[in-house]
Amino acid sequence: MALETTHDNKTNLKRAWDQLFPALISIVIAVIIGGLLLVANGRDPLAAYLSLWQGAFGSFGRFTETLVKTTPFLILAISVSLSFRCQLWNIGAEGQLMVGAILSTWVALTFVSLPVYLLLPLTFVGGFLGGAIWSGIAGALKAYLNANEVITTSMLNYIAFYLTAYLVNGPMKDPQGFNFPQSPLIESALQLPILVHGTRLNAGFLVALLLVPAAIIFWRSSAGFRTEVVGASRRVAKYAGLNVVSTIVFVSILTGGLAGIAGWGEIFGIQDRLIQNIATGWGSLAIVIALLGELHPLGMVVAAFLFASMVVGGDAMQRNAGVPFALVDVIQGIVILLILARSYFFARRAA
Amino acid sequence: MATELTVRMVGITKKFPGVLANDHIDLDLHPSEVHGLLGENGAGKTTLMNILFGLYRPDDGQIIVDGQEAFLRSPADAIARGIGMVHQHFRLVRPFTVTENIILGLKEGGALLDLRTAGARVAAVSEKYGLKVDPYARVQELSVGEQQRVEILNSLVRGAKVLILDEPTAVLTPQEADELAGALREMAKQGKTIVFISHKLDEVFKVTDRLTVVRSGKVVFESLTSETDKKQVAREMIGSDIARLKIGETSTIMAVAGAASLSEAREKPAAAADQPARAVDVLRVHDLHVRDDRGLPAVRGLGFSVHTGEIVGIAGVDGNGQREMVEAITGLRLIESGQVQIKDEDATRWTSTDYIEHNVAYITDDRQNEGLILGFNLARNAILKRFAHPPFSRHGLLDMPAIDRFAETLIGTFNIKAFGVHASVGTLSGGNQQKLILARELSTKPPLIIANKPTHGLDIGAAASIYQILADERGRGAAILLISADLDELLALSNRILVMYEGRIMGELPKGQADPEQIGMLMAGTPL
Repeated sequence: MALETTHDNKTNLKRAWDQLFPALISIVIAVIIGGLLLVANGRDPLAAYLSLWQGAFGSFGRFTETLVKTTPFLILAISVSLSFRCQLWNIGAEGQLMVGAILSTWVALTFVSLPVYLLLPLTFVGGFLGGAIWSGIAGALKAYLNANEVITTSMLNYIAFYLTAYLVNGPMKDPQGFNFPQSPLIESALQLPILVHGTRLNAGFLVALLLVPAAIIFWRSSAGFRTEVVGASRRVAKYAGLNVVSTIVFVSILTGGLAGIAGWGEIFGIQDRLIQNIATGWGSLAIVIALLGELHPLGMVVAAFLFASMVVGGDAMQRNAGVPFALVDVIQGIVILLILARSYFFARRAA
Repeated sequence: MATELTVRMVGITKKFPGVLANDHIDLDLHPSEVHGLLGENGAGKTTLMNILFGLYRPDDGQIIVDGQEAFLRSPADAIARGIGMVHQHFRLVRPFTVTENIILGLKEGGALLDLRTAGARVAAVSEKYGLKVDPYARVQELSVGEQQRVEILNSLVRGAKVLILDEPTAVLTPQEADELAGALREMAKQGKTIVFISHKLDEVFKVTDRLTVVRSGKVVFESLTSETDKKQVAREMIGSDIARLKIGETSTIMAVAGAASLSEAREKPAAAADQPARAVDVLRVHDLHVRDDRGLPAVRGLGFSVHTGEIVGIAGVDGNGQREMVEAITGLRLIESGQVQIKDEDATRWTSTDYIEHNVAYITDDRQNEGLILGFNLARNAILKRFAHPPFSRHGLLDMPAIDRFAETLIGTFNIKAFGVHASVGTLSGGNQQKLILARELSTKPPLIIANKPTHGLDIGAAASIYQILADERGRGAAILLISADLDELLALSNRILVMYEGRIMGELPKGQADPEQIGMLMAGTPL
């Protein structure tokens, strides 16, 4: 028995390394290419990267900012990984996040009279529901009408964006907000507790971390197995007596709900009110993070942290070294190209 | 050397991870010959031919075409050197016409298509070799035999001198297979070289001039067909161990594979017949109507029954409604009208979930796309149908150790060769994949087993063990519906044979009275 365990540990360690290695290589290549681009533009790549590094890790405060950004990135990556492992190409995490943010803010502003210990969980449910409804629309269209989810989820992104814009400029606009496009502030009692005094690091980060073991357990549950079977082959799933339609709807609801929770975390942990550009670009970042993390919860923790540090550091780099933030976009793009190239290469080799 | 060789393959070696698929293979192909390439599944014959067709590159060795060394990096290179290949699965665009399919990818002519000239060219080539097909028919309207002719024409129009056919008769009626044999002889007479890959000795001896047997990646035997006999070739194909079994003359698979198990299988129905009172109908199908994917009637008024302790064989050429019938009586396809009864329950509206809950085993004919998930490991495939139930799942969580133990039991009981329960199923041979499906389906001791082409594509050793398993299940009292295109298999195992043609039962033959010619006639739609 003891022998067996050692053996398993070894293979697990090796498997982890096998998964980690290509991801590391992708990042290294992307950083090198990004550096070459800087050289081509007559800039000093070392100075740029140093400033990026300091922006992300230069002080304890910067480090907590990186963790603050890791929070939504990780939640969104876990969200999209769920649908990706069911072969549902959900690219609507951003829209789902926004609807989750809308609904949770609306709950907070509407039921102000409720005690906090009731209202805060209710806002959480609202966030989940908002995302779940948004993604559930695409899921139902896919399950019942076989509508391509890539198209429906990306269209729903636009609808969610303009819905948010409409709400913060109209019905949910703060009457005392000096005409800014934003909702009133939520009750300060509803704000998520700050973990480290003097920083923005809040309990939302813990929620993100808790989702990691939850995801690991999910993939070891019969619901997770069903999800993977449906993802591997709709035909085999039907042969095995699984209800493909209900599985797709279930996965859509869960995936959107998680994205909605990311929206809830942004409102109640950071913004304290609904604003217009709450998650710009995060949907595609979440996809890169999920793929870089090989759709594995632990892999995505590393990838989310990495990209959070690049985003946070990139802002500082733009300010301090005058290198455009677009460098981070370039790195992100190269990483996704390398991941795609790798899976294409392996698919060809297997065939 | 009297005649110059068309193709010489010298010392061809090809390694795949863990397997030496080709081990220094030498193969000579002469002009004007049909060359049989024989061997069990996994012997390396398809790999060798994929190398000749430029799909794989050899790790070592030389290919010489018309006296010149050829470096075949892609099928386009192979085609340019006059080598064509017809795969088991056709690569045709179904909504296109025959001519459109053939000119697809031809790099000649200008921007405008000249379909009329092209059609005339196709017609001329088809005339020349006796490969009858209408150049303007749409592929989706053609029979399998005709589609195969289109594939052959496709190669010939591209100037193939060497034509590789990978198990061409697997999908054909006996009559169609005869027609193909005629066309191949005609092509050889006109100077073409044909490589004929097959499992079936009868047709190899009917068609080929010369044959080569491959075993475990090596050439173990080569001869002029006229200078050897079936016994010797069968022995070479499977190696020394099983060869000591007595070999019958008429039927290859029966003879070689399972002399022991099949003779036993033949005895058992007699024993069952001694106690007819015990037999109860398990499956009853009445006036069944089912449509195919295109919405056309595929099953048209089908009726039969299967009782405990018998194997009912369904013979028929592919595409006569067997697949639709099987899907209808496993809950995977909607029944338009008619009735299905399982034991005493009306199963007409059952879903696949209901069938699984009522413990009906279904062995699909598409093990790689329907029966298994190749990317999953053995253990996960073993619980595919029952993962949500104890002992595999408790309080919604999978019990991994219990699942592994179950998979280990299956591996042991069914002698599945694999590197443990965590090996990916894609790494198993076809025979072991099929055994895994059988192991999973039979682990619940099902009263009814629906087996669709259970030995399709398997080598004779693997087929023999499948026969043994099915015969044992019948001995246990299971009712078995066996659908197959392989007459030897049906004759060896079935208590009764029903022949299906265009969605109906064309005729029923009790075992003693069934002979291959009669079945062949019924399969081709000729009543007795």
